[in-house]
Amino acid sequence: MAKVIDFQTSPDQYRHWRVEYDGPVANLFMDVDEDGGLFDGYQLKLNSYDLGVDIELADVVQRMRFEHPEVKVVVMQSGKDRVFCAGANIRMLGGAAHSHKVNFCKFTNETRNTFEAAEADSGQKYIAAVKGACAGGGYELALACNHIMLTDDSTSSVALPEVPLLAVLPGTGGLTRVTDKRKVRRDRADIFCSIEEGVKGKRAKEWRLVDEVIPNSKFDDVVQKRAREFAAASPKVDVSKGITLGPLAKTVAEDGSLSYSLVEVVVDRAKRTATITLSGPDADAPADMAAFEAQGDQAYMLRLARELDDAILHLRLNEMEAGLWSFRTQGDPELFAAHEALLADNADHWLANEVRQYWKRILKRVDVTSRSMMALVEHGSCFVGVLAELLFAVDRSYMMEDEFDGDNRHMAAVTLTDANFGPYPMGNGITRLETRFLGEPEAVEAAKAKIGEALEAEEADELGLVTMILDDIDWEDEIRIFAEERASFSPDAMTGMEANLRFAGPETMETRIFGRLTAWQNWIFNRPNAVGETGALQRYGTGVRGDYNMERV
Amino acid sequence: MLDLINVSYDTQIPNNVGLAQDKKVLKALEKWHPGYINWWNDLIPQNFQESMVYLRTAVSVDPKGWAKFDYVKMPEYRWGVLLAPQVEDRRIPMGEHAGELAWQEVPGEYRNMLKRLIVIQGDTEPGSVEQQRFLGLTAPSLYDMRNLFQVNVEEGRHLWAMVYLLQKYFGKDGREEADDLLIRSSGSEEAPRMLGAFNEETPDWLSFFMFTYFTDRDGKMQLESLAQSGFDPLSRTCRFMLTEEAHHMFVGETGVGRVIQATCEAMNKAGITDPYDIDKIRDLGVIDLPTIQKKLNLHYSLSLDLFGQEVSTNAANAFNSGIKGRYMEMRIDDDHKLKDDTYVVRTIVDGKIVAQEVPALTAINMRLRDDYVRDAAGGLGRWNKQIAKAGVEFEMKLPDEAFHRQIGVFSAIRANPEGVIITQDAWDKGVKDWLPTKEDGAFIQSLMVPCFEPGKYASWIAPPKVGIDNKPGDFEYVKLHMA
Repeated sequence: MAKVIDFQTSPDQYRHWRVEYDGPVANLFMDVDEDGGLFDGYQLKLNSYDLGVDIELADVVQRMRFEHPEVKVVVMQSGKDRVFCAGANIRMLGGAAHSHKVNFCKFTNETRNTFEAAEADSGQKYIAAVKGACAGGGYELALACNHIMLTDDSTSSVALPEVPLLAVLPGTGGLTRVTDKRKVRRDRADIFCSIEEGVKGKRAKEWRLVDEVIPNSKFDDVVQKRAREFAAASPKVDVSKGITLGPLAKTVAEDGSLSYSLVEVVVDRAKRTATITLSGPDADAPADMAAFEAQGDQAYMLRLARELDDAILHLRLNEMEAGLWSFRTQGDPELFAAHEALLADNADHWLANEVRQYWKRILKRVDVTSRSMMALVEHGSCFVGVLAELLFAVDRSYMMEDEFDGDNRHMAAVTLTDANFGPYPMGNGITRLETRFLGEPEAVEAAKAKIGEALEAEEADELGLVTMILDDIDWEDEIRIFAEERASFSPDAMTGMEANLRFAGPETMETRIFGRLTAWQNWIFNRPNAVGETGALQRYGTGVRGDYNMERV
Repeated sequence: MLDLINVSYDTQIPNNVGLAQDKKVLKALEKWHPGYINWWNDLIPQNFQESMVYLRTAVSVDPKGWAKFDYVKMPEYRWGVLLAPQVEDRRIPMGEHAGELAWQEVPGEYRNMLKRLIVIQGDTEPGSVEQQRFLGLTAPSLYDMRNLFQVNVEEGRHLWAMVYLLQKYFGKDGREEADDLLIRSSGSEEAPRMLGAFNEETPDWLSFFMFTYFTDRDGKMQLESLAQSGFDPLSRTCRFMLTEEAHHMFVGETGVGRVIQATCEAMNKAGITDPYDIDKIRDLGVIDLPTIQKKLNLHYSLSLDLFGQEVSTNAANAFNSGIKGRYMEMRIDDDHKLKDDTYVVRTIVDGKIVAQEVPALTAINMRLRDDYVRDAAGGLGRWNKQIAKAGVEFEMKLPDEAFHRQIGVFSAIRANPEGVIITQDAWDKGVKDWLPTKEDGAFIQSLMVPCFEPGKYASWIAPPKVGIDNKPGDFEYVKLHMA
């Protein structure tokens, strides 16, 4: 898999999805091009998907919010006869490296979470109109929608056949959403998840697997009627026009380094590190949201978000050995604060809300990234508000203390804003600071009292906002040693350890999906019963059954 | 002592499986029975329900003399559960269990696969009856009407056979699936039949003959491969169904043959030698040979679709598990496991049709389709002999497999009947010469006037050479109830 996976796309490039906009309702059709797989060696039959299909879906969902704020209801449906979606492509999974499978699942999970949350975050409700077979990842697509409608043609069913068919688990939240979101009784869930053919008709409704079962002849009408009803009942404020998300200015260097307008990523393959530097604003904040809207995708806060998001995704899939990421910022903290404040002060404005919700998603992406991460608070940096959240998302943060010889940049400081106390919760439902100070909630209050102050090293250290403060003498060496030590550990142990330590506090459906389901799934994905030469996943399609080691672990 | 050869009529449901002793299944079937009768009554036009039809009814599963003929009203037909006699020490013929004793009960791990195959097979049986429900009204003779009804009641019995397996071996799920078989209906918007070909109309009698020749032959191939099943009750059921299926094939082959014969005779009588002199031939009240060829093209290509994807995981699983074999599995000289074998499948690479070797296990569908193509070619040879004998220069041909496909690798391209890949433009231009047009349909429809007088036949079809049950030419096969 040497080719570069590009996460940028646009509607004119879609091969697998199309959207028909109809006022407040958007009809989203999945119509996967069999021959449009991201890699060779498999065909995307029966609306099955691979990463490429999901990249398009993520783009659809993103553009729906920014480019089509008039949309209140999105109807996810199939563009093919007799099949809604057959789930992730099995031959693709069978042929993919473990690392690709895991990253593929992570990205698809993030996309599911995104359109699931679109209703609460942006007033865009996704509903699934299921006609034909809806199996595995197909049902998981539907599960992430907030209303599922199933036709009652005595053939169409919903199913999670992974266990009986492939000896793996549904990989995008299926099991968790069945119990936590749909609240299906556990014994029924047990039956449902162990039968290949799934459940159809009235029983699917009775078991809470779908919300509505509709006679086939009326199905299309009822779906459109329901979509209109939901749209009419939506509290979402009418917005007549969105903004356009143009292509990002991005260059990829030979050595893997990336360059955008505000984000620079230096990849050092020999040292297995990536250094991500975010630039502060290059101009004054827009006067008001009208001015922000006029700047559109060039508005600083949005441009930075998009570039950072793309950089994270790019590194995850394309630079898998870069196991240690360092986040840096450089820029004018006060100017950044002004840009952020415009959004915070206008949080009710549709576009301000979308940009803030987008930052929330990006920070969550950082949280679940399986890389060791550190932040470097250097002189000249601008860790303010939402950027300061990065300090609490990473595994360790290092801050410059006092003046450095020959360095005339402004003194390193951390500035907290309201952004650090509510609008950007983690997947566990509480803020990063609350999670950080789980054992000393008073520390959150102490930090809150300092909102707006540029906290220099000593104070930041005292407040517990950084891991370590280092002066001119120790800075380079300490960081070098940390980086070298980190690079020497087993990446698997690192991933496991970090994922355990990052998510203290309450469990939510989201944390369970990533922390529990994904971990089990990744374990199974590594076991011979699934992926060994005679495992079910490898043998799928050959007609020969998987040979299982019958020992229970 | 159970009599497993002769059919017992001691319960409402004739059977040779000891239903009288199997109270649970009997009860389940009796519960299902009224729904079936309702289905039948709603389906077949009322005056035919009341008519006395000279039908054969199975009385034994002994290949010699298994049926008796008599007049019967269709709703009173004794649909029953008939399995070919159990073969002692029968072994699983193929797959990873080859050589093990055949299963008398459903193996848990293959339960779903078996159930799905049985449901799909079961779904086709009533489907064709639904497709043919109005044909009685335009029957070209009482002889043909009787054959239609015979085919219909036997498809009904095949449904019973599958329902019995579902009720007996698949518990609650099986009973639900059996109920659903009566809920789905051909061409229904509400709940269509599972396979595309069974949702197409059978608008006229030529379609019916083509259907019984080509589509029922797919049914035959499927039954042949299920007859190999390691699940013995399924195997026994299918083996007996094949005895009945042979008649359907006969109706198709002789039906098309008699249409061809009527055409050739009329042409000769009128002194027309050019088979493409279509208007003149049609004026004679017969169907011109090129139109018959077009109908053939349509039904043949639709039937090929029934074999599914050329390379199929499901088919591979079914074979390897010992659930579904190949045509004549026992006569094939190999290890019946196919683990390292390959099979040649035609596919499309870079816009060209090429032959490719693929693992034989995954090409089970393709192999069955190849066997089907050979099997289907037989009748064509006989029709062509007939045409040649009449001195007409025309030859019926099976179109290439790539022609007019909706399923499988060829569904992505357009090909002419010779199998040459062509552009959409060329297809749009040529299609009127390859598939029946609306006008062709309207013309055939215009010929579909009933001919209900004993011994008489519509102009477009010749009388059969011999009668059913060796009855004379003017035998009244159906005593019509004309209320």
